[in-house]
Amino acid sequence: MAFSPELADIRFGCGLSPVHASPETAGAMVDDLLQADVAAQAFPIETFPAFRSRLVDQKRLARAMRQAGTPALQAELKIQNRALNKQTRHESITWFGQALLRWTHTPQGFRERLVHFWSDHFTAQGKRGAMIHGGLPYQEEAIRPHIASRFEDLLIAAVTHPLMVHYLDQRSSIGPGSEIAKKKPMAGLNENLAREVMELHTLGVGGPYEQADVRQLAELFTGIGYVPHKGFIYRAKAAEPGPEVVLGKSYGGAQARFGDIRAVLRDLARHPATAEHVAKKLVVHFVSDTPPPDLVKHVAARYRQTGGTLSEVYRALLEHPQAWEPDLQNVKPPFDYVASACRALALSSGRVIGVKSGRLKRMFLGPLKLMGQPWLRPAGPDGWPEDDGDWLSPQGQAARIGWAMSAPARLTPDLVDPRLFLDQALGPYVSRVLRREVYGAETRTDGVGLVLMSPDFQRR
Amino acid sequence: MADKLTRRQVLNRSMALGCSVAASPLWTPVSLAQTPGENRLVVIILRGGMDAIDVIRPFGDPNYRLARPTLSAGAPRADLDGFFGLHPAFDDLMPLWNKGELAFVHAVATPYRNKRSHFDGQDLLEGGLLAHDAARGGWLNRALQMVPGAQMRTGFGLGQGVQRVLVGAAPVAHWAPDADLSLAPQTLERARRVMSEDPAFAAAFTQAVTLSTGNGDPNRMPEQGKGQAHVNIARYAAEQMRGDTRVVAFSLNGWDTHRDQPLGLARAAAQLTQAILTLRQELGPHVWDKTTIVTMSEFGRTVAENGSKGTDHGTGGAMILAGGAVRGRRVLGTWPGLAEAQLFQRRDLLPTADVRETTAWVLRSTLGINTSDLERSIFPGVQLGSDPGLLL
Repeated sequence: MAFSPELADIRFGCGLSPVHASPETAGAMVDDLLQADVAAQAFPIETFPAFRSRLVDQKRLARAMRQAGTPALQAELKIQNRALNKQTRHESITWFGQALLRWTHTPQGFRERLVHFWSDHFTAQGKRGAMIHGGLPYQEEAIRPHIASRFEDLLIAAVTHPLMVHYLDQRSSIGPGSEIAKKKPMAGLNENLAREVMELHTLGVGGPYEQADVRQLAELFTGIGYVPHKGFIYRAKAAEPGPEVVLGKSYGGAQARFGDIRAVLRDLARHPATAEHVAKKLVVHFVSDTPPPDLVKHVAARYRQTGGTLSEVYRALLEHPQAWEPDLQNVKPPFDYVASACRALALSSGRVIGVKSGRLKRMFLGPLKLMGQPWLRPAGPDGWPEDDGDWLSPQGQAARIGWAMSAPARLTPDLVDPRLFLDQALGPYVSRVLRREVYGAETRTDGVGLVLMSPDFQRR
Repeated sequence: MADKLTRRQVLNRSMALGCSVAASPLWTPVSLAQTPGENRLVVIILRGGMDAIDVIRPFGDPNYRLARPTLSAGAPRADLDGFFGLHPAFDDLMPLWNKGELAFVHAVATPYRNKRSHFDGQDLLEGGLLAHDAARGGWLNRALQMVPGAQMRTGFGLGQGVQRVLVGAAPVAHWAPDADLSLAPQTLERARRVMSEDPAFAAAFTQAVTLSTGNGDPNRMPEQGKGQAHVNIARYAAEQMRGDTRVVAFSLNGWDTHRDQPLGLARAAAQLTQAILTLRQELGPHVWDKTTIVTMSEFGRTVAENGSKGTDHGTGGAMILAGGAVRGRRVLGTWPGLAEAQLFQRRDLLPTADVRETTAWVLRSTLGINTSDLERSIFPGVQLGSDPGLLL
């Protein structure tokens, strides 16, 4: 099968839009990634360095609380801390609004899809304090700028990012032979990040590594750390003296250096098992839960040939005929479902920017949770499931249908004619049954709801 | 209509899976005349890898305090049986222990070894096979396929996500306490026709319609129920189990305690305790007496604590059994010891039994499933051996 502009938007983009034209060629979709990031410019989200100042403030408050001489002062500081958290929470909801508007209004849909794909591949979450709200700032800094560069650059940016270091407990992993361990005999390794880097981020769980490699990589990683006022730091005093042997190769010497960590990450990124793992994951995500083996092979080969240059890896994916089978396949995950509906409705930015965070919660964040995808809160570092079965649960479908029947009229009071909306949302992908039922619907709300709940719209 | 679709879907699936249709108890209309008995079973999957050694603490083992200098602090007593003591965050379960309604099975694991991945570990835990095969569904679904007269509502998977342990050819209900689908009758019919061309969507839709009360306002936004999710699930589960439901599965997260385990484990333990106590309260004494709750986790954790007051992924773990039907006040299992040479790969608690073996005995006692079905279809590779007498 061959490229089709509508399928490009539906399967590889953010869905059809009545405002933005679909891509004209597969090549243009990749070329767009090398151009300016127009959606990020139009709908800015706080970057991590700015976000860090919130962590600095919080740290200062925490210190003041510990040192507070009187209960009254302590109570006052506690109130300040709570207010700070509340403000960050409210602002993080406005960042969600910006992320939604990027999907709704971008002319570069493939870019948004890739940002979500890689943010999920490198799932990281805040666990305490203001850090809880750091998800989008992390994406802005570690993921978004690197989606078309080499995989190893993306890998290094994500794995050494403060949010990842925090999420997978790397900051508390201390080399048993390090300077710190000499003073604190209780200090020691924490394997969490090292294991997930091999299992999830690079080689894949079927890859050629063993528990001993996890242990050695954990020793190598001991220097990785962060502090709120600087971001990433290399903690020489926490680093385990080398050398360490990972997958049969020796890294570092008696004096541990950050360069050793970069070197092992680059080697892991270039490993053939990583090429296979990344290629398969891309095909499963974008094409089908049962990925055509030839397509995976084609994408993996390009990965190996180009040293994991992601723009070229995407070209391999998009140039292959098996990427363009006309039957819609994967079920959209909840955010993609809701956001592509907003795009089809051409939701105006005024309905999102400047509205109270409570409304955004009612309209979007609450329903996403009921659909099974609480925003940026997957249960573990493996991110969201790719399996359609997970999104086809009766409880999840009930929430989607409830949203499809109630949200559009609230979001666009001058609700579009469902007959027009049908073509706007689905282009050539309207089934005969759907057209008949939408044309027969009693109200605009019903008609638009039927379009959005249909399998035609839920698949891509 | 609802029944028809479900039945057809089951038929399609079982054919696709190569099962013998004639042999399937779901296929014969005779099953309608039978009922699945009065016993209730609740399976709680504890995701993240529960640290068995911290939950059921082996105070009697001389190596315990050496391996866990900070985690063994507090509650320095063996209050269960002179050898083991319960983590203090489970104190509210002690009345159950004293009444003989709480038991533990220590040093057990699934057949999963070496890679220590949560996600592969959970697949194997829920699939119940020696090697994971998604097409064969979850073990609890395979068990329901053996229960005469099982209907959709006989088994309930609860929560926002899908409980994979219950996925498979037998029709079961997947639902969340705050889910609702309310459509005006005409819209409902249109929606049904729109879904009809895609079997997977049609099945989910039909079940959503069946399980909804349908009393809600058709144009209200979907909203979350008030209160804590795990308590709402337990309450909803109890409501169903007071009726026709016999099997419920749900999950509790938060057991992956790499760091600050005293805090993290206490939080997870409180949720599990509340879920069990809510079930007991809401089921009432009559149903509680027929109820078995069983928890399991994808693996245990390292014997030694790590450098951040936590533990890393390990192997041997533990199961918790609770309920009026349990012969409790016992810590079951063969304790392998914590000396370095006694550990699995000099690192983890050595599993001395298969999680699936205990589970098989539970299935045999609660649902009356026979040994050969358990050993051949539900948990291939398991040998039941002698009856541990888990239940009354």
